[in-house]
Amino acid sequence: MKSGLILRTRSIWVSMAFFVLALAWGIFGSSSRMSAADVGEPITLQGTGATFPAPLYERWFAEYNKLHPNVQVNYQALGSGAGVKQFQQNLVDFGASDAAMTDEEMAAVKNGAVLLPMTAGSIVLAYNLPDGPAELKLSREAYVGIFLGKITQWDDPAIAKANPGAKLPAAKITVVTRSDGSGTTFVFTTHLTGISDAWKSGPGAGKSVNFPVGVAGKGNPGVTALIKQTPGAIGYVEYGYAKQTGMPMAILENKAGKFIKPDLESGQKALASVKLPENLRAWIPDPAGDSSYPIVTYSWLLCYKKYQNPKVANTLKALVQFGLDQGQSYSKDLGYIPLPTNVIADDKKALDLIS
Amino acid sequence: MSSSQTDAAVAQGQAITAIAQPPSPGEVLWDRLFRRCTFGIAVFTVLLTIYVVFSIGRVAMPAIHAYGWQFMSGKTWDANRAEYGILPAIAGTIYSSILGLIGGTVFGLAIAIFLSERFLSSGLESVLKFLGLAERSVWDTLPDRIENLLRTTIELLAAIPSVVYGLWGIFVVIPMVRPGANWMHEHLGWIPIFGTTLSGPGLLPAAVVLAIMVLPTISAISRDALVAVPPKIREAAFGIGATRWEAILAIFLPTAATGILGAILLGFGRALGETMALAMLAGNANVLSWSLFSPANTLAALLANHFPEAGTVEVGALMYAALVLLTITLIVNILGTLILQRADAELKGLR
Repeated sequence: MKSGLILRTRSIWVSMAFFVLALAWGIFGSSSRMSAADVGEPITLQGTGATFPAPLYERWFAEYNKLHPNVQVNYQALGSGAGVKQFQQNLVDFGASDAAMTDEEMAAVKNGAVLLPMTAGSIVLAYNLPDGPAELKLSREAYVGIFLGKITQWDDPAIAKANPGAKLPAAKITVVTRSDGSGTTFVFTTHLTGISDAWKSGPGAGKSVNFPVGVAGKGNPGVTALIKQTPGAIGYVEYGYAKQTGMPMAILENKAGKFIKPDLESGQKALASVKLPENLRAWIPDPAGDSSYPIVTYSWLLCYKKYQNPKVANTLKALVQFGLDQGQSYSKDLGYIPLPTNVIADDKKALDLIS
Repeated sequence: MSSSQTDAAVAQGQAITAIAQPPSPGEVLWDRLFRRCTFGIAVFTVLLTIYVVFSIGRVAMPAIHAYGWQFMSGKTWDANRAEYGILPAIAGTIYSSILGLIGGTVFGLAIAIFLSERFLSSGLESVLKFLGLAERSVWDTLPDRIENLLRTTIELLAAIPSVVYGLWGIFVVIPMVRPGANWMHEHLGWIPIFGTTLSGPGLLPAAVVLAIMVLPTISAISRDALVAVPPKIREAAFGIGATRWEAILAIFLPTAATGILGAILLGFGRALGETMALAMLAGNANVLSWSLFSPANTLAALLANHFPEAGTVEVGALMYAALVLLTITLIVNILGTLILQRADAELKGLR
């Protein structure tokens, strides 16, 4: 027993030594990197918001930090709802949301709010159908039916009709949705509400809705993992996410009745079909146009009109400028739709409102 | 008498008076301060718990007024229509915990018996004796070492973060149990617990992972309870001619029963509160079903999923759900602690 005790204490010591070593490595490793570049007066911006644009924003902030080492941006991807909430409560320097703030929400902001669309993306239906056709076409009737729980088999006539000649397996459909509230769900359900009365009077649109069927995963990674692990699954994720993880994406029928493959081009066409109003807010439930992909959204940065500290305002403006110019070139790699040029021009005009 | 001897005697006398001296004011002060400090910290902990419950209750109050008991029996959670009910989540929480507990108890108790009755070390000892190595100093500690290694490894299960368990569940457990589960559904589908197919996440994978998560708690405490069975009883059992099998089942286990029951209840408490792994594996669907293969929801997963994006009304409803979870966990933990206390008292009587 005693020797056992010694053995246990020893293994604890060894693991602690490893832990300390790892910690030291982390601390000194990072501090040497940090001390290499400190120029200018340091300034830190705090932001909270949507998870969808987070990879792109983080890339911008990292690149901007390389050019201006004194500017640090802390962006916490807690979700669109949290972004709007913390922005309203004045807890952050800027917020971010996939759903534009409503008039009510904007009225609650004391210092005034400016909404800037910074990037855009499409939402795709990713699926896992081992014995299915290489390309799956889904009519509006089919995908609304699937998410309403009315279509439960892959060889349902409603699916077969759009895929003539394709061999559809007689497998059960497992619908995968988001368990947490999210801007992605908001955009997807807004689209479904826009195209289906049954959906409108049923689950409706929102950041989290009561889906009639299926299982739910947490976040885009959770949904992706469930789809990949479940034969016969279909679920909605962001285009960039589906592309990075190499999942097959369904070809969807758009408003004009054409079947459109989700990619950057069809997403851009959809954005171009909508003219943004003065306040740069737009909900796009169902874009028109022959080659528009049906489920797209802008993602907004929420800024105050008036900042206490002019330095914060100027830094933020410079950062937005950077995102609008150089930042758009990173979009493609990460699966985002670059903003149309007229939107970039509108954004730059709106920047003057911030001081 | 030499002078050195007198010195020693005097020194001894002083030492005695030094021991007999009353504590100095400094010591008294220090003593009092220390007592006050520990008392203060203890009270603070209790107050903190009360404060947590109070602040959750305060936020939950509007929802409690608005939804009342309906909240417990409602079956939908729909933020769009401000309709909140947690019956599926309560059922899922208890169902998954019980299932996990059954698995955890069977394996945890088996491990506890294996380790407490020294099956491993005695087996190894006889092997060593056979090889003629038992008397060597390097070898004779080997059985103990291996037994300790095994125990530490099982206790290490408790140190794995639950996200890791969740991921492991998605990528390993679900594909592993799916073929068997669907075979059961096809052939035994008329039994309610096999009533649906297992497409991916569901109660069964959640319960399997939960069983592994509560296993260290149950095995460690049960082992302690079994080891604490007084040697007198142990010897008496063998003395009246019981086989090892009889001794374990008829004497040791009943003697340690209260301790083991306490272990199970503490494991139950842990299973009820488990969040991340279940949020990843249970499927987060508000479904009421007896089927082991059906997706389900749990209270903790509901909270974790909906809290970040919830509006004011939904936060109230979530806090209400949190209070319900807190109450269930509290009852189970109090029961566990009470039973453990009784176990201690009973064993004291036997010694």
